[in-house]
Amino acid sequence: MSGYDYDDLVRAARAQITEIGVPDLAARLDAPPLLVDVREPHEMATGVLPGAALVPRGALEKGIDHVAPDRDAEVVLYCTVGNRSALATLVLEQMGYTSVSSLAGGIAEWRASGLPVEMPLPGDDTARYARHLVLDEIGPEGQERLGGASVLVVGAGGLGSPAALYLAAAGVGTLTIADPDVVDVSNLQRQILHATSGIGTHKTDSAAAALARLNPGVVVRTRTVRLDASNAEEIAAGHDVVVDGTDSFPARYLLNDTALRLRIPLVHGSVLRFEGQVTVIDPYAGPCYRCVFPEPPPPGVSPSCAEAGVLGAVAGVVGSLQAVEAVKLILGAGEPLAGRLAVYDGLAGDLRVFTTARDPACPACGDPSAPPPLVDYDETCRPVRP
Amino acid sequence: MTATVRIPTILRPAVGGDAEVEAAGSTVGEALRAVGDAHPPFASLVFERDGSLKRYLAVFVDGRDARHLRGLDTPVGPGAEILVLPAASGGAG
Repeated sequence: MSGYDYDDLVRAARAQITEIGVPDLAARLDAPPLLVDVREPHEMATGVLPGAALVPRGALEKGIDHVAPDRDAEVVLYCTVGNRSALATLVLEQMGYTSVSSLAGGIAEWRASGLPVEMPLPGDDTARYARHLVLDEIGPEGQERLGGASVLVVGAGGLGSPAALYLAAAGVGTLTIADPDVVDVSNLQRQILHATSGIGTHKTDSAAAALARLNPGVVVRTRTVRLDASNAEEIAAGHDVVVDGTDSFPARYLLNDTALRLRIPLVHGSVLRFEGQVTVIDPYAGPCYRCVFPEPPPPGVSPSCAEAGVLGAVAGVVGSLQAVEAVKLILGAGEPLAGRLAVYDGLAGDLRVFTTARDPACPACGDPSAPPPLVDYDETCRPVRP
Repeated sequence: MTATVRIPTILRPAVGGDAEVEAAGSTVGEALRAVGDAHPPFASLVFERDGSLKRYLAVFVDGRDARHLRGLDTPVGPGAEILVLPAASGGAG
């Protein structure tokens, strides 16, 4: 069989490129060239060369521009022993880098020579967000924007769980989790923020612990209350995006009206059985929830998940779509689902997007100068009379 | 003209369990009334006594919200697809 194996490729690469030896690089530590670690993030976690930029090999072609925009800058790539970095050096030469070399012997020989390595700083999230940093739509600027953003997730249940987990993983700087309930064993089939050990504890506490384990860099605030007309505005104020993971029509209409009053974009999601709906309410720019569904269904037509059931993974799909929309809103990337309703049918394996429109006569958003009053609704969404 | 009316699961008992029903009509209203004539429980879920569309439903014709087109008078072409969709409350809480 003809062709090349890994050793052949590395040998050929090393014959073509420039290598720099460990003693030569060590001699230049006072004014080093740009060092780029091309290993995987879990390898970087055990230590990196002082001042190195972290761009894993798999993200090299897209990511190198962020750390070395100047193609004539002197760049030294390294990995563990100098093989991957030799292959990577060839690639950068093809990309037009004129002064790139590979550290012969890699960080292994560097360490063996007693030279210093440093731990990636806890605040240095380059490795954590490496897969974001190479995305044109995110990159370092977008990641910083995510870090500066705050999102309110209402409901730490089937939708709020995946939404909050992905938003925390994405590095959204501040997450507020609002939920009045405690974890019940029947929640665990779909509410993946919570574990068996958390049964009986407040969902907000269970959620905060899970999110801190996932990403300690995220500030998690908890509000262990049920949203109502008296507190909704105060709880939602100051957030950049609100994610609706509630489980009742009164809460959904209340959140819609709150988002209108505060002019905060709202990411709506709902599920039942194998089906789900997602839309973005962009206050006064696109249709609100009442423009699409002026009234809730009469009792008995739209049962709750407790009555009718839901596949946990369908809540996962819908909550994840909500996280995608929240991230897009924060970044200003792509086309938010404003003015569109995504309808997922898990059994059919079908995701369709329908166009919705503002209702000029909408009682909630028809008149931008008269935002809707906040009132508590009963299950049929008629105002509760005191 | 025949349109396909797609029925979400919670409304399926009203049409005998089908996910899709073929219906003749040149407007959304005619097609939905044809389904209602064949399945009276469907008619009472979809239409008010005065024949207007119930306000808890969104009806999409070929992907667009009929309420903001011409409502039940929105014309449907051959092979049109109509989705009758109630709001869903479940947050899997």
